Amino acid sequence: MTTMTRAGTTVRFEHIDKSFGDHQVLHDIVLAAPGGATTCVVGPSGSGKSTLLRCANLLEVPSAGRVLIGEEAITDPGADVDRIRTRVGMVFQNFHLFPHHTVLHNVTLAQQKVLGRSRDEAVRIARSHLASVGLARLEDRRPEQLSGGQQQRVAIARALAMDPEVMLFDEATSALDPELVKGVLAVMRDLAGRGMTMIVVTHEMRFAREVAQQVVFLDQGRLLESAHPTEFFDSPRTDRLRSFLKQVL
Amino acid sequence: MDGLQHVLDTFFDLPLIFGTLPSLLREGLLNTLLLTVLASVIGLIIGVALASGLMSRHRLLRLPCRWYVDVLRGLPHILSIYLIGQGLPLAGITVFGSWTYGYAALAIGLMEGAYMAEIFRSGFQSVEKGIVEAARSLGLSRARTMRLIVIPIGFRRVLPALTGQFILVIKSTALVYLLGLATGQREMFAIAQDSSSNNASLSPLVAAGLLYLVITVPLTYVVNAWDRRMREGRPAVALPPVEAAA
Repeated sequence: MTTMTRAGTTVRFEHIDKSFGDHQVLHDIVLAAPGGATTCVVGPSGSGKSTLLRCANLLEVPSAGRVLIGEEAITDPGADVDRIRTRVGMVFQNFHLFPHHTVLHNVTLAQQKVLGRSRDEAVRIARSHLASVGLARLEDRRPEQLSGGQQQRVAIARALAMDPEVMLFDEATSALDPELVKGVLAVMRDLAGRGMTMIVVTHEMRFAREVAQQVVFLDQGRLLESAHPTEFFDSPRTDRLRSFLKQVL
Repeated sequence: MDGLQHVLDTFFDLPLIFGTLPSLLREGLLNTLLLTVLASVIGLIIGVALASGLMSRHRLLRLPCRWYVDVLRGLPHILSIYLIGQGLPLAGITVFGSWTYGYAALAIGLMEGAYMAEIFRSGFQSVEKGIVEAARSLGLSRARTMRLIVIPIGFRRVLPALTGQFILVIKSTALVYLLGLATGQREMFAIAQDSSSNNASLSPLVAAGLLYLVITVPLTYVVNAWDRRMREGRPAVALPPVEAAA
């Protein structure tokens, strides 16, 4: 990566509840994702992993509890949510690039419109990030002309160009063909190595074991375990995690 | 044979058709296209504004837009053109002075705005929630996301439908003869109708009909091809190998 990240921004989830109608999907989640570290969130489908992640930048508004980005509570009434969101980059499962713009414009748009950077500066920064994810030569392409892996790397470059303090990855490799997963994981691995605070919702257990400093297990909206990967994978404390790991490893 | 000759004289009186064509082309076609463009521009502006209102979270904004669309789409065009085109000047709202064209374009534009609003709304709402969320996660405000992401993407998606609506506007211009256009302001139908009355033959109307078809039929095929391409995706283009290029 060409950009120095500002390590040290911790994300705190304080007693988060989230309901959709009568259905409660998160129950009293208390979690700190330490600054400069990678926290992987794992669990079965429907366990609330993505919902928890989306609470971090308020794409989902918690029914109760607070989310703090560093010392700033994004959930507080009156919080400048749009500004706080610039501190938290997010990469989605299905990329969600802007289809009407080229790769380069995807990466410069928010820089110019939100951060107020000049066109030249935004282009320079965009090119640097595109090069760092191995896509320097594709800046004039449209998203539809790229493979899934390339689109996801553009999405990562787009988020990184905003100089975020925290990166959220919501099953960033789940929609990719197996041969394309490697390239995206390499970019994420590189980012983790440079001390970016990352919260990664993933089914890639190998990535969680090798890259994370903390692995969290969610089941039916409850946080059942949180530990260093060695302890998490080698000495699970609950029967539920043991049974989950047995199925996925 | 007399019967056939009578039919030919009524509908296909060639000297009359060729006699009417110059004024149909020189005056009528120009005025028809001018009215169509003016009304379409008015309709587009109103349509985008109404579509944004229809999608608003605020009931006070959403409801008047919904009423507007329901009323203007529910009334016969002929009635709306009378009420707006003749009603406004009669009510003392003489924004265009005595320029009948302005009222005619406004009347059609206000009606078309209601139809275009629903087209735009469907286009804007077709933009994937995930794309909107991606924009918001980058710190773009709701309004900027709408302006920079949702409207441009949605607009492209409804271009075929909008072009189809444009064809309907061309046809709607025929109704403005009701407003009593002066010589030099007449569109194709008005010219053909005047000639028909003067010559006791419907042949000039047939000539006008043919001209309408010359404009609308190719456009219809363009719209259909465009629509097919939007649904099926662009034809494959030769590009360097995707992963090798990375």
